[in-house]
Amino acid sequence: MRKQRQFALGILVVIFSVSLMARVFAPAPYARQFRQSPNAPPSRQFLLGTDELGRDRLSRILVGSQVSLLLAPAAALLSTLLAALVGGVAGTLGGWWERLAMGAADLFLSLPWLFLLLTVRAMLPLNVSPLLSVVITFALLGSLGWAAAARVVCAGARGLRTSDFILQARACGCRSLRLLTKHVLPSLKPALYAQFWISIPVFILAEANLGVLGLGVAEPLPSWGNLLRELENYRSLLADPWLLAPLVLMVLVVSCFQIIIPLEDFPS
Amino acid sequence: MMRRCFQLFLMVCLFLPNLPAQRGGELRFCLRAEPKTFNPVIVTDEPSEIIRYLTGGVLLRVNRQTQQVEPELAVSWKILQQGRKINFKLREGLSFSDGTPFSAEDVAYTIRTLMDPALHSPTADSFRSSAGPVKTTVSGTYRVAITFPAPVAGLERLFDQVAILSSRSPRREMAVLGPFFTAEYKPGAYVLLKRNAYYWKRDENGESLPYLDSIRLEIQQNREIEFLRLERGQIHLIDRLDPEFFDRLAAESPSSVHDAGPSLNSEQMWFNQVPTSPIPAYKKVWFESRNFRRAISESIHREDICRVVYHQHASPAVGPVSPANRFWFNAALKPHPFDPRGALRRLEEEGFRLQGGVLRDRGGHPVEFSLITNSGNKPRELMAAMIQQDLGQLGIRLNVVTLDFSSLIERISQTFDYEACLLGLVNVDLDPNSQMNVWLSSASNHQWNPNQKSPATNWEAEMDRLMRAQASVIDAGKRKAYFDQVQQIVWEEAPFIYLVNTNSLSAASPSLRNVSPIVMLPQTSWNAERLCFASQTARSQP
Repeated sequence: MRKQRQFALGILVVIFSVSLMARVFAPAPYARQFRQSPNAPPSRQFLLGTDELGRDRLSRILVGSQVSLLLAPAAALLSTLLAALVGGVAGTLGGWWERLAMGAADLFLSLPWLFLLLTVRAMLPLNVSPLLSVVITFALLGSLGWAAAARVVCAGARGLRTSDFILQARACGCRSLRLLTKHVLPSLKPALYAQFWISIPVFILAEANLGVLGLGVAEPLPSWGNLLRELENYRSLLADPWLLAPLVLMVLVVSCFQIIIPLEDFPS
Repeated sequence: MMRRCFQLFLMVCLFLPNLPAQRGGELRFCLRAEPKTFNPVIVTDEPSEIIRYLTGGVLLRVNRQTQQVEPELAVSWKILQQGRKINFKLREGLSFSDGTPFSAEDVAYTIRTLMDPALHSPTADSFRSSAGPVKTTVSGTYRVAITFPAPVAGLERLFDQVAILSSRSPRREMAVLGPFFTAEYKPGAYVLLKRNAYYWKRDENGESLPYLDSIRLEIQQNREIEFLRLERGQIHLIDRLDPEFFDRLAAESPSSVHDAGPSLNSEQMWFNQVPTSPIPAYKKVWFESRNFRRAISESIHREDICRVVYHQHASPAVGPVSPANRFWFNAALKPHPFDPRGALRRLEEEGFRLQGGVLRDRGGHPVEFSLITNSGNKPRELMAAMIQQDLGQLGIRLNVVTLDFSSLIERISQTFDYEACLLGLVNVDLDPNSQMNVWLSSASNHQWNPNQKSPATNWEAEMDRLMRAQASVIDAGKRKAYFDQVQQIVWEEAPFIYLVNTNSLSAASPSLRNVSPIVMLPQTSWNAERLCFASQTARSQP
């Protein structure tokens, strides 16, 4: 199991490294349209062929990976921090605090995410650069995706509330804030790690869903989301299997993330 | 497996072309939405319009193929008093689908119902050239005259949309004079039309029409499912096929696809020129500049859009009228050329300068604006990306924003919080009167600056004058001369930057005979009364 994790970690490191240096490895500018060669098959010039507008697919995958792999962990970190804060406070204090926080979490869980994202996206200013639009998209995902993790953290904190070491700390006059930061959250670290790792592929997929609807990252910047839109035409997949490249990469990355999470970190 | 079945089915069908046509069978195709009404006088949506076309009997019909007016329930007509009055002599011995006889009283009843102000019929609005009552005079069982308060331009063509109702039938609007009648409606599932046994038309051999027993209109919004159902032989027709689906089907069965050439529809972009819109003043100055708009138009490579986005199933657009509209199209005009150098010259005339790859205006502002379009429309998203690259060559930064349709409509019609928009225009009517709500400066669809109290520019004032002039004369030649000038002004001023006219693409099962798709709606079912199946396949219909 350890070897598998190391292998998965190795793959992730390679993919992350390559994507960080995407502009070095990319054979052509990701936005350049070779209009004489739309939907071209792989060739010496275009190793993974071109998309509908004649843009080099390999270059777009490299840059798209950079976008998705940098911003999805950032969104996951944001949502995990929010979950730790809300869930930790609720679980530690209990009573009305817990009811209020869990009510808010329930409300967030019951919201139709897609419509909410559509509405928020529609309210954003129009003249934003593609890079800013992708940052906004992931920030939205991160700030809306804390609720499920907060319930897990809250349950963990609630379980700790009556544990001996917490009671002892209380008996020694430890205040709630110190109790939360010094005793409760460190004890919940495995659960928080697990939530963080689980959130990364979730956000990658959420952005992909928005991308498939045409509401993700703005043109011409690629992301895994808008690259996956090529798969809408499922019939051409058999004839043009290279269209699957972004999907294969995404499945590989998501699988690696799942493998590297230690099983003992999952809350029972 | 399914693909093989379909190919086998197509092969069988290909070997049947010389077999005789057979009466009977059920034609199936999809409506893309639920019909809003079955009452022919208040039709506003496309599904209802298709049902009205297939079921309604009209006095005069615009032949969808020749685009000429032809007699239907009226054997002859005469326009009098310079377009204020029209006399009809009706066909004798006809009956509605429930057996009640047809007479001039039915025409009078239909016109009274149609013009009832309480009904708010959009069809009636076309006849309302002036305030005042519309009088109908019945001068015999088969003679009727209709008098309007003022001349109505293109009067006879308007009767194409007036399905005659029965004044005596207890079924009212469900009693029809068209080839089919509505037999069953299951909301969300289908509308079943059955053959009207009393239909009056006969073919060249004296056989009664229609050939088909029934038409099942299945309600299906998903284009992919509609396409799959055609491949499986579960439906027989698809109108307005996407270029991608068209090419896919053409590769499998070339005989089942039809490209009827440029349609009446266009794709265009425009700049927001609403004076009260919440956009910076310096950008308003750009958008109000004719040279700026023309420069943008001339820097867009329309041929590339046609080739890359529409796979050659589109052509560069000239203006508001497609070449498919044979009479009204101004053939003297050509699409704006792709000329980036000329575009830069125009921009320099307006004080713009290209500095370090960035175009700046007189005040030093970099030229950057956003272009909104509706999400999920792949051709428009691709077009926007191509325009983005084309404008990038001039140092213009274009931000493409895709919005859900309701947010987009809110921005372009209520808040006016946008800079440029890319959308399409679906034309269903050939006559320029149907475009009054676009070209009059006071109109709500005068999209770049709607609902003006008085024309903001001289050229808009001139367009108002010309549009009103063409609507007030009866002579078709004079009307055409006026409307040609409107098209010329639109071409010169470019308030709308017309990009492409999409082709009219359709698909029909090879088992179907007499298929002759056209550019107007309904593309493939316009001659439904003459459609029929080859003998073997007709028997196999479920």
